[in-house]
Amino acid sequence: MTRFLAITRAEMLVLRRNRWLLVATLIMVLFALALTFAGSAPTGTLGVDMLTISVASMTTLSVYLAPLLALMIAFDAIAGEVDRGSLALLLSYPSGRGEILLGKFTAHLAALAFAMTVGFGTAGAVAAWFGGAGAESLMALLRLILTSILLGAVFLALGYLLSALARGATAAAGLSAGLWLVFVVLYDLGLLGAVVMDQGGTFTRSVFPWVMVANPADAFRLWNIAATEGVAMASGMTGAAQALPVWAAPASLLVWPVLGLILARAAFRRVEP
Amino acid sequence: MTDKALTIETLSKDRGLTRVLNDVSLHLAPGERVALLGHNGAGKSTLIKAILGLTRVDSGTIRIGDAAPGSARARRDTAYLPEAVSFHPALTGREQLTLFARLSGERPDIPALLDRVGLADALDRRIGTYSKGMRQRLGLAQVLLGKPRVALLDEPTSGLDPISRQDLYAIIDELAGQGVAVLIASHALTEVEARTDRIAILRKGVKVADDTLANLSALAGLPIRMRVRATENADALAARLGGNRVNGASVELLCSPTDKMEALRRIAAMGEAVADLEMTPPKLEDLYRHYARETVQ
Repeated sequence: MTRFLAITRAEMLVLRRNRWLLVATLIMVLFALALTFAGSAPTGTLGVDMLTISVASMTTLSVYLAPLLALMIAFDAIAGEVDRGSLALLLSYPSGRGEILLGKFTAHLAALAFAMTVGFGTAGAVAAWFGGAGAESLMALLRLILTSILLGAVFLALGYLLSALARGATAAAGLSAGLWLVFVVLYDLGLLGAVVMDQGGTFTRSVFPWVMVANPADAFRLWNIAATEGVAMASGMTGAAQALPVWAAPASLLVWPVLGLILARAAFRRVEP
Repeated sequence: MTDKALTIETLSKDRGLTRVLNDVSLHLAPGERVALLGHNGAGKSTLIKAILGLTRVDSGTIRIGDAAPGSARARRDTAYLPEAVSFHPALTGREQLTLFARLSGERPDIPALLDRVGLADALDRRIGTYSKGMRQRLGLAQVLLGKPRVALLDEPTSGLDPISRQDLYAIIDELAGQGVAVLIASHALTEVEARTDRIAILRKGVKVADDTLANLSALAGLPIRMRVRATENADALAARLGGNRVNGASVELLCSPTDKMEALRRIAAMGEAVADLEMTPPKLEDLYRHYARETVQ
C-alpha cells in the first residue's frame, strides 16, 4: 500500500536536487512581495487593511502562476519517463500505473504547497506588519493559499493528462503551454467577447456566470473574491460572483483535480512504453 | 502447477499491417539460460515487452510460472534489464536502487549489491555523471535486487567493455545457479556462444531455430573452414587439395564435419609441403546467418 510513497520520496529528491523547489519558491516570494508593495496604494481610499489589498493582488498573480508552475513540473511526468526509457523498467516492478501517478502527484503537490505557502505567507506577513491585518484578512490569506494549492492540483492533473497523450516530453511541454494559454488567457477573452456581443441579454445574465465558473482558473478567482467583501471591492469583480450560488466556485475547483486525475489515469493506461 | 519458469505458446502480435510476432512458442525451465537472437526489428524487444505485459498481443498465451503477464505475481517474479537503460540523472545510484527496492518490497543490502556490479565507488554520485557502461551495471544491479523466477535481459552487453562482459556472464551464471530462468536478447553473437544452454533465433517475428548450439550446427550442416599455408608452392598445394588459393601462400578449403578427419589425413600426408594449418569450426555468426536468412521449411 505504501509503494506510491517510494515514488513520492524519489520525486521529492529530484525536485530538490534539480532546484525546481528553490526556483519556484523564490518566484512566488518575489512576485508576491512585489505585488504587495506595488498594490498598497489604495489602502486609504477603500478603507481596508493592507493585507486585504495584498491578497486581492496576489489572487490575480496566482491565477497566472499556479497553473504555470504546476504544468512546468507535470508535463515531464510520463512523457519524460517514456523518453528516457525508464517507464518500462518502472512498470516491470509491482507498482501499478495508478500508484506511479499518485506517487508523483503527492510529491508535486507537496512541492507546490511549499512554494505557495512560503511565497504568499511571506508577502502576507510583510503586509500585516506594515499595514495591519484583521481576522477577516487573515482568513482571506489562508483561503488564497489553500485555493492556490487546489488550482495547482488541477493543472498538475491536466499536465499528466497531456504528458500521457503527447509523443515525447517536448510535445508535452508545447501542449502544456497551449493549455495554459487557453485556460488562463483565451477563455476569459472569449467570454468577454461573448458578453460584449450579447449586450446584457440572457447569455450574460444566466449562462455566462456558469460558463465562467466551469474554468478552474476563474472558479479560483470567484471563490476568493466572493468570500471576502474587501477583496471583492479591491478587485472590482463582484457582479459575476453574486450571480452564482456560493457552492459553485468551490465545487468547480474541487471537481477539476479529481476529473483531471481520472482522465490522466485513463490516458496513462494506453501508454505503451 | 507447471515446472516451467516461462511458457510462451503460439504468440502473435500485429502492429498495423505487419505481423511483428508470428506464432512464437518458447519455453524456459528454471535455471536455463537461453539466448534470443535476431536482427534489429526481428521482434526480440516486442517479445520481451509482451512477457512483461507492457504490450498487447493478438493471440497466444504467456505464463510466468502460472501467472499472467502484467499481474502482480508475474511482476514480482520477473526481473528486467531494458535495452540502453536510463535513470533519472538527478538521483544517485543508491537512491535509485532504494526506490526499486521499496517498489519490490525487498530489503536488500544496497551497497553490497552495487559492489557486486563494480559500482561501489559511484554509490553516492549522481547517475547523470555515470558512463553508459556504469548505467548498464546499475541496471544489472536492479536485476539482482529481488528473488525473480525469470530474468529478461535486453541487449545486456551494449555499452560494456570486454571485462564488464565477463562480469555480466558471471552474474548470469550466478542467477541461473539460483534457479532463475534467464532470457538474453542479443545480437552480440560471439559472447552468448559459450554462455547459454539454448539458442532461439527470431527472424521477422518468426522463430526459425530453437536448440542447443551443437544441434543447431549439425542441423545446419555448416562446413568447417580450413586454411592451409604452403611452404613454397601454394598453387601446387591448391591443385592437390582442391581448395581455393586465398593469398600468396595459403589455400582455403571447406569440408563437412563428417569429412573432417579424412581431410586432415590428406593434409598430414603431404608432409613438408604444408607449413601451417588453421581450422575454424562454424561460428554462431555463420549459424545465425544461416537460420536468419533461410525461410522456414
